[in-house]
Amino acid sequence: MAKPASKGKASAPSAATPTADVSGNADFVLHSLQQTHAKAPRYQASDDELLKFYEQMLLIRRFEERAGQLYGLGLIGGFCHLYIGQEAVAIGLQSALDADKDSVITGYRDHGHMLAYGIDPKVIMAELTGREAGISKGKGGSMHMFSTEHKFYGGHGIVGAQVALGGGLALAHQYRNDGGLCLAYFGDGAANQGQVYETFNMASLWKLPIVFAIENNQYAMGTSTARSSAETEFYRRGTAFRIPGMDVNGMDVLEVRQAAEVAFKHVREGNGPVLMELNTYRYRGHSMSDPAKYRTREEVQDQREHNDPIERAKKELMDRGRSEDELKDIDKRIRAQVSEAADFSESSTEPAPAELYTDVLVESY
Amino acid sequence: MASSVIDDAPVGLADAPARNINMIEAINDALDIMLGHDPTVIIMGEDVGYFGGVFRATAGLQEKYGKTRVFDTPISECGIIGAAVGMGAYGLRPVPEIQFADYIYPGMDQLISEAARLRYRSAGEFIAPMTVRSPFGGGIFGGQTHSQSPESLFTHVAGLKTVIPSTPYDAKGLLIAAIEDNDPVIFFEPKRIYNGPFSGYYDKPVEPWKTHPDSKVPEGYYSIPLGKARTVRQGDALTVLTYGTMVHVTAAVCREKGVDAEIIDLRTLVPLDIEAIEASVEKTGRCLIVHEATRTSGFGAELSALVTERCFYHLEAPVERVTGFDTPYPHSLEWAYFPGPVRIGEALDKILEA
Repeated sequence: MAKPASKGKASAPSAATPTADVSGNADFVLHSLQQTHAKAPRYQASDDELLKFYEQMLLIRRFEERAGQLYGLGLIGGFCHLYIGQEAVAIGLQSALDADKDSVITGYRDHGHMLAYGIDPKVIMAELTGREAGISKGKGGSMHMFSTEHKFYGGHGIVGAQVALGGGLALAHQYRNDGGLCLAYFGDGAANQGQVYETFNMASLWKLPIVFAIENNQYAMGTSTARSSAETEFYRRGTAFRIPGMDVNGMDVLEVRQAAEVAFKHVREGNGPVLMELNTYRYRGHSMSDPAKYRTREEVQDQREHNDPIERAKKELMDRGRSEDELKDIDKRIRAQVSEAADFSESSTEPAPAELYTDVLVESY
Repeated sequence: MASSVIDDAPVGLADAPARNINMIEAINDALDIMLGHDPTVIIMGEDVGYFGGVFRATAGLQEKYGKTRVFDTPISECGIIGAAVGMGAYGLRPVPEIQFADYIYPGMDQLISEAARLRYRSAGEFIAPMTVRSPFGGGIFGGQTHSQSPESLFTHVAGLKTVIPSTPYDAKGLLIAAIEDNDPVIFFEPKRIYNGPFSGYYDKPVEPWKTHPDSKVPEGYYSIPLGKARTVRQGDALTVLTYGTMVHVTAAVCREKGVDAEIIDLRTLVPLDIEAIEASVEKTGRCLIVHEATRTSGFGAELSALVTERCFYHLEAPVERVTGFDTPYPHSLEWAYFPGPVRIGEALDKILEA
């Protein structure tokens, strides 16, 4: 596997004729991770692990519901992109990271990725309301949040721009030889930005330790993938750059986690990037003022009722013997935690006007 | 100078049937008219087709003109602008929308190196008659990636025209002129005033356009020539040079303070109506420049230089600028950042007392 991929037509023909054993065939490598994943798609979680995933996903759900309410009350202004429906992706992927080494970067739908780290919901909510106690002092807002402590590199408002930065994070991991990888999230919409493919090429050329994670929630803002993308099987999009792809059910946290195990192992072994497509669905609008004229109510309802990642985990927990009451208590505790975060975010003070001029450049002026 | 594609323009605009509409409706009307009259006009952009645009500027146009005339693009700003340049060179008149001005930067290479330079380097053989529509400016809690005013990045580039309307009437007439123009035009729409003029007091309810005289928009075709400023209010105390949202904020402050200002809405930054500016400053002897964009190398710097160069011996006070601060557009503290009534009021006092 560590052998560099052949350069196809440009390289001299191999003396050996291809055999039935395709493991040495570079083209096979492009599909091998997917085949490994397809053989055993679900992570064998212990009861405690599954419960933890459930709690983390529920925290994101309740947090986002509350953020939506605060927006409605005018406490959060401007743009606010909720992660409801996509929870299994952030939890499944980030639970497989090495917290001491690996970095994460994402786009503007970033609240869930921060919560997946266990970052205090209070400082995230306070960032949404633009208060001084927010994790970026209220200066970033919903789309622009960072945590050096967790190697979380944001939170970026421009569609697709973070992907190229992810390439740089991965290059820095490689240069420092720190054993870390970069998990770079982007959406199906961002997958059509040119700079994504510039990054694919460099990442594969230099064998950078990066996992490209496309969260395909089916809509590029208000335009469906079918209307915006020539290739809607996004996991295939790395093929031209010799990046292996994986097609993953992003509505099942255990499938996501298992896929992460496969992908991260490949990257950590020095084989270069992996492209994961996480097929998921956002229940709420692109942002808060979305008239939702591009899809039907029934389509959203169908996903909620039949494909919800949290309900799936809940059912599995109950099949494993957890009681309804126990799960209700968890929900109650999470609701209380989110209420506390909301109260905190409302009562914190706004930044002082002098903060306008801090952190523009290294010097103050 | 582009010739009109319309032969039956009404002679007296004042007599044309009119209705009170907001700026979005006026833009939609202009696009509708141009799609109807000129088969080479094509609208493209993110969410503009099936969905009708995030601000609804293109609502109903795909239904009316079909998917070959009004279509969705991927989120690929460089590709959108680049394709528009090629379409223009081949005789079409594309009107790409960039959903927010803040998203235009991936297309900068195509705008600067290709669109702006095609006419010059082909000695006039090829042109890029495209109009890039894009909502810009703040005041909607958009934070740093949905609030910027990048107009001076474009005015700095020879070969581009930059247009910024401030009323529904102007938005329609200027957009039609921009589409008919045979050069690439950056058409920035001040999104804070899409639904109503803005006094600068964010905590007051939005005043809808329908009560404003400049929301009376004639039906059918009319155009407003690029490069002609509009005198919003005549006055003798000082000249205010401004554009976009700040036209309304400045007018409200002058009303409130009872300042007899001559307010000039530039409407197009390139080409600039320097004659109107000179005539006014020579009359009043004082000049205030107001824009929302950051200060350093902002368009106000160009205006200040021009006024100083051309009207120096008529000036009775130094030229003043009220602008955004030299910081990224903040998420919180938006109204501390926005050059609102307090800062404009202080500048008026200073310039009138000088």
